[in-house]
Amino acid sequence: MLVELLYWDGCPSHPQALADLRAVMNEIGLDPEQIVVREVKTDADAEQERFVGSPTIRIDGHDVQPPDEEPYGLTCRIYHRRDGRISPTPDPADMRDALLASRERESRQQ
Amino acid sequence: MTAIAEPAPTFALPDTGGTTHEPGGAPATVVVFTCNHCPYALAWHDRIMAVARDYAARGVRMLAINPNDAERYPRDSLDAMRARVQSSEFDSVPYLRDESQDVARAYNAKTTPDVFVLDSNGILRYRGSPDADYEDPAQNASYLRDAVDAVLDGRDPDPAETTPVGCSIKWKP
Repeated sequence: MLVELLYWDGCPSHPQALADLRAVMNEIGLDPEQIVVREVKTDADAEQERFVGSPTIRIDGHDVQPPDEEPYGLTCRIYHRRDGRISPTPDPADMRDALLASRERESRQQ
Repeated sequence: MTAIAEPAPTFALPDTGGTTHEPGGAPATVVVFTCNHCPYALAWHDRIMAVARDYAARGVRMLAINPNDAERYPRDSLDAMRARVQSSEFDSVPYLRDESQDVARAYNAKTTPDVFVLDSNGILRYRGSPDADYEDPAQNASYLRDAVDAVLDGRDPDPAETTPVGCSIKWKP
């Protein structure tokens, strides 16, 4: 399973997102050490990475909260928590569901 | 850069309808640097607007200012600002455009949001975050409310300064 966290340093939310992601992985028995953390530094990087904002978390290439048609660029990303609140970080429940879905896909393929 | 207990920069900026607004003329004026694209600004928005509503009867004014480079961040365009105003997201708070970014620079604004409270003489009495946690609506913009209460009572806010938290101001190249 490839777990990626992409961030832009101009947005202060990625440490919280990383901490939440680590906690969720621990909770469901996955090793948080496998998280690949990558910095997106330029607009060109953002285009190449299809990066719509910081932080972006992908599990096997699937975004934990797939964005609408957002432009690629260096910005903070707007997430919606399950209780309706706006947040700079994804809902940990969305992280958990994305991780479990990926694990299930893996087990079906084996 | 303005320090606490010094005169805050004055300005005259247009709102989304073109009317010019200046700080002052009130027992306390709240100047909020904010924007449309930042999750921190949006997370705190309702709490900040509630302060404007709750203190309006005591004559407190609030001015919201968007200083971001709309060229690179189209969500911060004047049209996008106007759309939010038209959908009543700002109640009666004027949403001002700082096209030149001179006002944000004069205030040394760092983030959206970044909140400043001026007394009736235009002296800066508080600067920083609305409250301690953007994630927790129960915080109720307590830093900002405490600062406004102090100014209305003729006291010095305590704390007079907190660290602003949010997205960096998007300066023009």
